Amino acid sequence: MNELVPPKPKTIDLVNASLAKRRASERLFRGIGLISIMMALMFLFMLFYSIVSKGYTAFRQTHIQLEVNFDQQLLDPAATRHHDVLSSADYSSLVKASLSKLFPDVTSRNEKRQLHGLVSAGAAYQLRDMVMADPALLGQTLQLWVPADDDVDMLIKGHIDRDGPETERRLRDVQIAWLDQLAAQEKLSLKFNMLFFANGDSREPELAGIWGALMGSIYTLLVTLLLSFPMGVATAVYLEEFAPKSKWVDLIEVNINNLAAVPSIIFGLLGLAVFINFMSFPRSAPLVGGLVLAFMTLPTIIIASRGALKSVPPSIREAALGVGASKMQTVYFHVLPLATPGMLTGTIIGMARALGETAPLLMIGMVAFIVDIPSDIFDPATALPVQIYLWADSPERAFVERTSAAIIVLLGFLFVMNALAIILRKKFERRW
Amino acid sequence: MHTFTFVLILLMLMVASFFFGRRRAVTVSKGDVRSLNSLPGYYGYYTALWCGIPALLIFTFWQFSESAVITNLVIAGLPEEVTLLSKQQLNLVINEIRNLVSDNIVASTISPEIAAAAERYREMQAISKMALFAVMMALGVGGATYALSRIHQQHKARNKVENTILIFLIACSTIAIFTTLGIVLSVLFEAILFFQAVPVTDFLFGLEWSPQTAIRPGQVGASGAFGAVPLFTGTMLVSAIAMVVAVPIGLMSAIYLAEYASPGMRALSKPMLEVLAGIPTVVYGFFAALTVAPFFRGWGESLGLAISSESALAAGVVMGIMIIPFVSSLSDDVIYAVPQSLRDGAYSLGATQSETIRKVVIPAALPGIVAGILLAVSRAIGETMIVVMAAGLAANLTANPLESVTTVTVQIVTLLVGDQEFDSPKTLAAFALGLVLFVVTLVLNVIALYVVRKYREQYE
Repeated sequence: MNELVPPKPKTIDLVNASLAKRRASERLFRGIGLISIMMALMFLFMLFYSIVSKGYTAFRQTHIQLEVNFDQQLLDPAATRHHDVLSSADYSSLVKASLSKLFPDVTSRNEKRQLHGLVSAGAAYQLRDMVMADPALLGQTLQLWVPADDDVDMLIKGHIDRDGPETERRLRDVQIAWLDQLAAQEKLSLKFNMLFFANGDSREPELAGIWGALMGSIYTLLVTLLLSFPMGVATAVYLEEFAPKSKWVDLIEVNINNLAAVPSIIFGLLGLAVFINFMSFPRSAPLVGGLVLAFMTLPTIIIASRGALKSVPPSIREAALGVGASKMQTVYFHVLPLATPGMLTGTIIGMARALGETAPLLMIGMVAFIVDIPSDIFDPATALPVQIYLWADSPERAFVERTSAAIIVLLGFLFVMNALAIILRKKFERRW
Repeated sequence: MHTFTFVLILLMLMVASFFFGRRRAVTVSKGDVRSLNSLPGYYGYYTALWCGIPALLIFTFWQFSESAVITNLVIAGLPEEVTLLSKQQLNLVINEIRNLVSDNIVASTISPEIAAAAERYREMQAISKMALFAVMMALGVGGATYALSRIHQQHKARNKVENTILIFLIACSTIAIFTTLGIVLSVLFEAILFFQAVPVTDFLFGLEWSPQTAIRPGQVGASGAFGAVPLFTGTMLVSAIAMVVAVPIGLMSAIYLAEYASPGMRALSKPMLEVLAGIPTVVYGFFAALTVAPFFRGWGESLGLAISSESALAAGVVMGIMIIPFVSSLSDDVIYAVPQSLRDGAYSLGATQSETIRKVVIPAALPGIVAGILLAVSRAIGETMIVVMAAGLAANLTANPLESVTTVTVQIVTLLVGDQEFDSPKTLAAFALGLVLFVVTLVLNVIALYVVRKYREQYE
């Protein structure tokens, strides 16, 4: 019997046979990893691209050049130069008069209304502010650039299809013809959009600005910083340097870790129920917004500050205690100065998060339509991210670019804050 | 004079008493500072604290109780036919008086009694302000004088100052507990009120959500239904889509960064991923509503699918993008923490790098990764702005990601934004939803933190 037994395969042959497949799966796995990172970065790029490409045009605004005659007869017939007379005078007819001068052949009521619609309602405010600042302008004639209506702006920026059917357009054919005429005379031009940075909110897109929201954000963050920084540092110092090991301290730690992960909208509910409903603080005020955001950022600051305190080596404390300093003196004069950069870094990052937070502010009513610039922490106000939310809801096409522009400003602030935190960390980071 | 100027004056007084205290200590020591128990500065702090703290306590107490006390005094002075009014009408009268006092526009004509009451209110405010100032200054000066009189050579000023500071530190550290307590109580209290109107079972298991309640009694079609199941399924649907996007991409990125990437690439890509985490959610919401949703809709049209313009898909995908860095940085940490010896063991047996990762590193890091994913889920459930801006308001009970759904957070925002009264079930429903949200995220967080802690101990 000489049956041929197949030779028992050697391990090395088995390995060699499967090697190609294993190498392929290695390459595949690695490729998937790389693709994942690329996808994540691509999402980041898409996000920035979509915001910037929509928003950069908002920094320039279409203006129309008008020859304005500050008619003494119309504005201040009695030549009183009195404040009240000047402020309540009819400036919009000045604008209308100069438009009629540009297009003398427009006579019908309907066409006149369309002609006047080319210029923003803000033009009259601009003229009023000029006269209020300098009453000597009365009787003079000046060449002025005034903001155009948002529809004109959109047309110039190419967001309105000028060849589409007239009924589906926000501008009539005759209006476009006038605009072409103005453009040919170089009386139509894109200028830096000062109003966007100087105004509060407005129903007219061309007059809407972020200054009010920005001030609201600043007041809110001021309250947040003043409350959360000292409290956060004090808590961290107590837990790191003084607290004995006990159930009570454990409870505090569990609470802090949990609060760090509670959804921000829950903090809004807290603010609504406690500060507004129970303690009847004013609605929409940066004071309440700041309080709510302070509670929200407190865990971040505490955790960062504890990390900073932990990284101070024990030898520093021992040396101070060794020469007779009390525990408090050791902490105050030796540990805290060394931990300050780390604490500040954590605080800045917490503030950056608070600046971008929207949901809790919606709960406490900082979502109202507010035109005035807030002047203290009790005034009704919105915040920058809330303004973005409000504009994103507005139907006018012109608000899309304004929303994106406001986002660019917000991201700019966040970038500066984070860069500051990184610089601080790099500069003062010490390896012991 | 604003009341905050009082605090400013008090602060100046405190600075002055610091110097008095220090000088007194030096005088008491008869020129030999070393004979004192503490450094002279501590006597200064001691005096300043005695000057400031009692006055500040009174100030805070006064601020909280002033308006109630004055209101009661004014009501007591009103003619009898007003004081005997029902509580609500009395409140209206008080509001009218307060409006008059703060020069707000008052709608109706003012009766002379009200005007007189407002005048009295104003007078009392002025008196109260002066009294507060007098009391604060008296306490400040008195406290400082008392402290000065106590200073002698053996007086342990440092211990007293340090104990005061320690009490302040302890008080600050309890804030975290009070915040949690405040959240629980405020949400629970309103939710209980809600459950008195709507049974808990209807809320948790009802299939229909339409929170419009009747304004007039007997109005048609506005009874209000508070079955929250469509909200729960909507939330789960959006979160599930988000996790489908975030977990594979986040996890694979973390693996690549931790195991394969060169140090240069790691240094470059990690911060860029963190940028994704730093972008405010309102920006993601805008991106979802204006870029991603129309893109999906156009895409669906070309394929012949009807994708709603407020689809769960768009909101979920963008939320997933937001959560990618969260998953990746948490997984990166735990993968990094797996000891190198485990990898070396696998390599020495001839495993390829990917085999090592799949068969050794990931199983070793699994508890940490799972905890990270749980935290990410809790993030997704609680996320508000993206869904408010990109998901719908209609409560559809569906598992189809192409339709529009609504979530718990969206409903909280819609129910509470704008004017509201605190006694309608509509507003209170928001707090009941908040309670559910808080409990669910709390449970997820507690489990995740527990797993992480367990896991850390394993390799330490």
